[in-house]
Amino acid sequence: MSVIYMLLGISIGVAIVFFVAFIVAVKKGQYDDDYTPSVRMLFEDELVKDQSKTTIKNEKTN
Amino acid sequence: MDQEHCFHCGDICESQTITFNDKTFCCNGCKTVYEIFSENDLTCYYDLQAAPGATPKDIEGKYDFLMQENIIEKLTEFNDGKTQIATLYIPHIHCSSCIWILENLNKLNPGISASQVNFGKKNVRVTYNSEITSLKEVVILLSSIGYEPYISLDDFKTGKAQVNRSLIYKLGIAGFAFGNVMFLSFPEYFEVGEYWLEQYKHLFRWLMFSFSLPVVFYAGQDYFISAYKGLRKGLLNIDVPIALGIAVLFIRSTIDIIFDLGSGFFDSLTGLIFFLLLGKFFQQKTYSFLSFERDYKSYFPIAITKIENGIETPIQVYDIKQGDRLLIRNQELIPADGILINGNAQIDYSFVTGESKTISKDSGDKLFAGGKQTAGLIEMEALKSVEQSYLTQLWSHDVFNTNKEDHFTTLTNAISKRFTIAVLTIAILATTYWLFVDASKAMNVFTAVLIIACPCAIALAAPFTFGNLLRIFGKLKFYVKNASVIEQLAEINTVIFDKTGTITSNEKSIATYEGDVLSTSEEILLKNTLRGSNHPLSRSLYDILDEHHIISLNHFEEHLGKGIEASYQNDNIRVGSASFVGGSETSVLNTSVHISTNNKYKGKYTFYNSYRKGLSKLFNNLKKEYDLVILSGDNAGEQENLKKLLPAKTKLIFNQKPDDKLEYIKYHQTEGAKVLMVGDGLNDAGALAQSNVGIALSENVNVFSPACDAILDASKFNQLYNFIKASKQAITIIKWSFLLSFIYNSIGLYFAVTGQLAPVIAAILMPLSSISVVVFTTIATNFIGKRIK
Repeated sequence: MSVIYMLLGISIGVAIVFFVAFIVAVKKGQYDDDYTPSVRMLFEDELVKDQSKTTIKNEKTN
Repeated sequence: MDQEHCFHCGDICESQTITFNDKTFCCNGCKTVYEIFSENDLTCYYDLQAAPGATPKDIEGKYDFLMQENIIEKLTEFNDGKTQIATLYIPHIHCSSCIWILENLNKLNPGISASQVNFGKKNVRVTYNSEITSLKEVVILLSSIGYEPYISLDDFKTGKAQVNRSLIYKLGIAGFAFGNVMFLSFPEYFEVGEYWLEQYKHLFRWLMFSFSLPVVFYAGQDYFISAYKGLRKGLLNIDVPIALGIAVLFIRSTIDIIFDLGSGFFDSLTGLIFFLLLGKFFQQKTYSFLSFERDYKSYFPIAITKIENGIETPIQVYDIKQGDRLLIRNQELIPADGILINGNAQIDYSFVTGESKTISKDSGDKLFAGGKQTAGLIEMEALKSVEQSYLTQLWSHDVFNTNKEDHFTTLTNAISKRFTIAVLTIAILATTYWLFVDASKAMNVFTAVLIIACPCAIALAAPFTFGNLLRIFGKLKFYVKNASVIEQLAEINTVIFDKTGTITSNEKSIATYEGDVLSTSEEILLKNTLRGSNHPLSRSLYDILDEHHIISLNHFEEHLGKGIEASYQNDNIRVGSASFVGGSETSVLNTSVHISTNNKYKGKYTFYNSYRKGLSKLFNNLKKEYDLVILSGDNAGEQENLKKLLPAKTKLIFNQKPDDKLEYIKYHQTEGAKVLMVGDGLNDAGALAQSNVGIALSENVNVFSPACDAILDASKFNQLYNFIKASKQAITIIKWSFLLSFIYNSIGLYFAVTGQLAPVIAAILMPLSSISVVVFTTIATNFIGKRIK
């Protein structure tokens, strides 16, 4: 079998994987809110700095 | 006096200043919130943004209805008896501090396991354990930290609204297929007779064919459906030539590859649908935090307290029956028409009329649904159910069930009619010609004409122009519902304004004094007396009076619904209604505050409406091109004032009920008027719905405004003329883009008619025309956007 079939299979396969990932992401609502996550991402640092004690406590109770 | 700002909410500390932890607070509420946060190590809230908070309001007993199982059931989106998930709308969400504190709710209540904010929609999704805490406790917690959720009758519907994401899926599929087909068709563009290419081209072609299947039958299905619907109605809308183009492209390409006639036009086909969907997506600018579809349900509470045999029980407002005794607390809305039984009723009808001054009622007086009680408890007896009340009945009118867009022929559809006929004529003429010259080429030419004439660029001109303008307007605080509103705005010839709250400003009032001149000491006493009162009239009068130094009063008493009594050293003062002060009620048309000192009647301050800045200029700009009308629900007290202010030809009509406003517009529409209605209260809702374009003016866009086509921030009121002008210019831009795409079409048609249309030419021409139209409209709209301030 020619190598072209394998190459085509791989390239289309990879493309389809990404496409499915996109559909799943949309379905889960990841594109519904395009502002809050960008702000939330920056909070993590402050939480750790100020809340180190409470965060540990919470983890234990879980 | 040095003005101190509250550390929590940022307001100026006016009546009192509390110092705590070296920080100043304007009231106990703000201080309490700060205490809650500092006890729980959450003061980071104040680091992210200075003074982000809101003063918590008194909510005693307000959320008792959240104990009821059936109401919890309706408000939660998940409930297994242990874990409950509820999404609550919180209008105060406005900065990153808000997100931070609301996502750390679990630090304040261990029963809450997670909370997630959606900033755009201003809501928070709270997951909590209903065995440890309850929905009521969560809501009370939120209220106590200044984030009171807004729970209205609108939340009370079974089933959660499904988010429609089909356009994103379609766009994803079309883009995915377009990219892959481009790769696969690339080798054949060069038509080199290479052995390698010859051997594999069939495989490549069939792969392209399979990629185009979901594009045509899923992503492009809306065009076929819309074209079919249009044809059935006898309309040649823009989707007819598009659907024809897609169908011909697909069939011709399939035949080409089956009989090995060529490589087909799959690249153009997928590209075309991708660009068209992109245009649709771009036009779909939504303001998730605004709603243009609100009716009375968004204003009304879910539950109300009913008194039966002396027992208070919360009941759902839909269950209110005639004869029920209802308890209305301070700041609660009256849900149904009724009669006041007892209590001091100070009703604020600003939801209904836009007029913010309160009206006092005595027992036995009729109360109308939609009013808000602003002083203490009252008891009332319902005379009608919620749906039958005076205000809510307005929504049973037909205008609320008809879609404005259906009656409107867009510019694109108007042009597509002639376009379709022209294209079909050219196709038939060219085919007939080739049938005599070279019959083998006739079918080729026929399909080529339909393919190249597919009006992709025409279909893109309007979405990109309007979509871009929607964004520019949005940045300038003019929030337009959809693209067709801009098109209709460009066509209006009559502008109708509501008076109260629309052309008058709620914030500042002008008052004139009549009576005996007040001495300096009396003025100081008056100013200081007003300082302690929170009544809206006291606040406005306080702002108007000259600054005086602060004295501490010996005695201060506020009589709800009557006035204020205060004394300092040997002087005493009474401020309030005529009967309270001891004067005689003379003027009935305008609101006045009467004053007496040491039991002697002094005089009164009469309030006049203060009109918005730039009102005269706006009317003078508008009068050249439009008929101007003012439709007011109020009495004619301001008529003389308005006549001086506005151009002479402005029609002034007073004493208009909500229904009258609607009928007035309807009547003038039958005479050919295209009406723009500018209003603000629920009483304008009918007029806003009936008009061609209804704009709701709002002091604060997060607060509710009635159903409308556009929401305009009150601070931009004087720019209205420029917005209308920009809409007209947008129409001109679209016409120019049509011309641009006709040029491309003519070039393409030359190739098609002469039978030389190779797939590679189509693949270059079609995207090129689309892209140049997109670039042109974007630049042009940004240019006109820059000229609006």
